[in-house]
Amino acid sequence: MNKVDMVAQSQLRDDIPEFGAGDTVTVHVKVVEGDKERIQLFQGVVLQRRGSGINATFTVRKVSNGVGVERIFPLHSPRIAKIERLRTGRVRRAKLFYLRNLRGKAARIDEKR
Amino acid sequence: MSALIGKKIGMTRLFDEQGNNIPVTILEAGPCFVTQIKTKENDGYDAVQLGFDPKREKLVKKPQLGHFKKAKVSPLRIIREFKNIETDQALNLGAELKVDQFAEGEVVQVTGRSKGKGFQGGVKRHGFGGGPKSHGQSDRLRAPGSLGQSSYPSRVLKGTRMAGRMGNDRVTLKNVRVVKVDPENNLLIVRGAIPGANQGIVYIKKK
Repeated sequence: MNKVDMVAQSQLRDDIPEFGAGDTVTVHVKVVEGDKERIQLFQGVVLQRRGSGINATFTVRKVSNGVGVERIFPLHSPRIAKIERLRTGRVRRAKLFYLRNLRGKAARIDEKR
Repeated sequence: MSALIGKKIGMTRLFDEQGNNIPVTILEAGPCFVTQIKTKENDGYDAVQLGFDPKREKLVKKPQLGHFKKAKVSPLRIIREFKNIETDQALNLGAELKVDQFAEGEVVQVTGRSKGKGFQGGVKRHGFGGGPKSHGQSDRLRAPGSLGQSSYPSRVLKGTRMAGRMGNDRVTLKNVRVVKVDPENNLLIVRGAIPGANQGIVYIKKK
């Protein structure tokens, strides 16, 4: 193993479920406010997964009050309490950036059977 | 002051206890060996010569080999002098210096040689603003502008910033925070970027 991966090895999480682009997920994010910590949920469609090892991130998009919101999470961040996969989408590419230009019915993703 | 010679391995990220993302550079620091001790009586000044990165005996010229034999160390690729070195251990000829002189949370100074950028214009090299893109301008976008005044002094002042060779400079970063020390693998993990390319030689000092 190269030395860069070796350093980050101990921080890799092994409790991450399998998911990919097109899946609908709920991300439970730990939010620190002052000295209190609470869990915030972010639910949406995974647009992409990128990077490898500790540098891996994923992008989740949701439409909130008619406004598209995207959040990029580091996959191995300790701030993520849990990732839940709600639906497995049937998509034909790994990066779903075309969803940004679609709204309503056109932005739906079929569920994988 | 403690000092080490090291090699830049690469960058990655780590998360701290709060979950913050910290960009880190991994340095392979040491083990370094004392190859010569210079004294005021002998050499006119006090200094300690350190060596780093072993190489095959076959690749070393004979006079150099004798220099290493004197210190009873295997031949080393990088040799450099440091002044005012103080460590807990005795600095005898052939003594081994390792990363354990540094501790987590400490502040160190890292010197490296920045990546060469070649011949660059004023915009990249000195941060000039360049000219306007529009309003009837042509060929002004990355121009350096005026080089000085008119009839007096009638010349361009020495030291005026212009295009030229950029990078490949010796750069010292101060207040570099040590994030982690791994004495087992001789790794020093510091916060942020370090000058130079991966595999570049760096000098690490601590006040």
